Amino acid sequence: MIKAALHKTLSAANGQLELNAEFEIGKGQLVGLYGPSGAGKTSILRMLAGLMQPDSGLVSLDNATWYNNKQGISLKPQKRKVGFLFQDYALFPNMTVRQNLEFALDKGSDKKIVAQLVALTELGDLQKQKPQLLSGGQKQRVALARAMVNKPKVLLLDEPLSAIDRDLRSKMQTYIRQVHDEFQLMTLLVSHDVSEMIKMADEVLVLEEGKIVQKSSPVDLFANSDVSGKFQFTGEVIRIDKQDFVSIVSVLIGKDLVRVVAEESEAEMLAPGDQVMLASKAFNPIIKKLE
Amino acid sequence: MMDWGPLILTFKLATVTTLLLLLVALPLAAWMAHTKTKLKPVVETLVSMPLVLPPTVLGFYLLMVFSPNSSVGSWLNEHLGLQLVFSFEGLVVASIIYSLPFMVHPIQSGLASLPPSLKEASYVLGKSRLITLFKVLLPNIKPALLTGIVLSFAHTIGEFGVVLMIGGNIPGETKVASITIYDQVEALNYGAANTYSLILFAITFLILLTVYLSNGGYLKQFWK
Repeated sequence: MIKAALHKTLSAANGQLELNAEFEIGKGQLVGLYGPSGAGKTSILRMLAGLMQPDSGLVSLDNATWYNNKQGISLKPQKRKVGFLFQDYALFPNMTVRQNLEFALDKGSDKKIVAQLVALTELGDLQKQKPQLLSGGQKQRVALARAMVNKPKVLLLDEPLSAIDRDLRSKMQTYIRQVHDEFQLMTLLVSHDVSEMIKMADEVLVLEEGKIVQKSSPVDLFANSDVSGKFQFTGEVIRIDKQDFVSIVSVLIGKDLVRVVAEESEAEMLAPGDQVMLASKAFNPIIKKLE
Repeated sequence: MMDWGPLILTFKLATVTTLLLLLVALPLAAWMAHTKTKLKPVVETLVSMPLVLPPTVLGFYLLMVFSPNSSVGSWLNEHLGLQLVFSFEGLVVASIIYSLPFMVHPIQSGLASLPPSLKEASYVLGKSRLITLFKVLLPNIKPALLTGIVLSFAHTIGEFGVVLMIGGNIPGETKVASITIYDQVEALNYGAANTYSLILFAITFLILLTVYLSNGGYLKQFWK
């Protein structure tokens, strides 16, 4: 289990930000870290990995202390050996896909893991390519495989899917979840995509202005508590058309565009780009098999 | 009959200087590319000084410092047996200082232009700073390395003032091609001066052309 208590004063765009975050991640648990940009999400990941120094606090993995300012302990990133997925993938351009994975291997460790990861992330055909020639989704698969080469116990994901288009994203989410389950990891996923959180996370921490303001299961968090819907989807408002008495709100859910009638008072609170939840109760759903 | 000695000495000096300079400049550039210390502007200024300082000034102070009568000079002589004034070794030391910005600047800006995540990814994968530098960072700034090496080499060939001040004019020891040309002109041997000049002209032209061709205009940003 990872235990972390991180305190640091960050200089942000609009003045200083006091980061105070305390949390735990259990074995086999995938925890989401959700919040607006500039709330300190990435800083938390970097402090866990040892890439950034907290001002004070504690970080430990099981019985090993990674950081303790009172005892003057601060392990280097090399010693912590977490799996870290960077937003820009950080693949080494001078190496092929295969070489990227093999570079990560510790001296004298078995090369079998490389072949195993290549198979798991379906990179077989791309092994001899240089990363520049790969698509975003492929790059992220390489980065994921590379992060797992040393069999870390901890996986840290910094908005890994933000630069990947919608179709590939759900496939990547499956890959990540598979890797997480296969290796029984402790995973912290930074994202501001609600559907990603619901699909992937076991628990969500909501970070605002450097503080964890809420901790709950993703469904409880994002489903409004006074709606007891049978069907719930989250999506993004694409546009709002005002009619005589009502407004038609177009919502993008996954790949499908759904039009919903909203009263004027409801529509006034919405703007294109908002994340919304759609729920339905009184209707009887029709189920049909897709050919 | 033409004396090839000065030309051979020039290229020997340029080769030795470039190799040693690479050893000195790499750690310096790596440090300067990412340090956040307040001393950085001072160090940067010192490294860049040879760009603007008259070579004679640099040569004069080196002459003062390395002279056997000074404390540094006598210490070097006593403990390392090094005589840096009017010797080939002295030329190498002076050339390293004089060409320092030509090696450090390209490497430094090459390293600074790499995304920091490359370095961090390597650290997180358990790789030391040294392995990261040699296996990840340097292979990705090859054009900058080439620029630094070639510019330092060419710049050392073109030295005159520093060499004259600290090296003098000892055949086979410190009498490099640029000094020989000056010597020949003073003796009104325009023919010999022309031969040396033409050879230097052609060689430096070819060296620089090679870099421009292989780097595709990359050099321009350092050559203002």
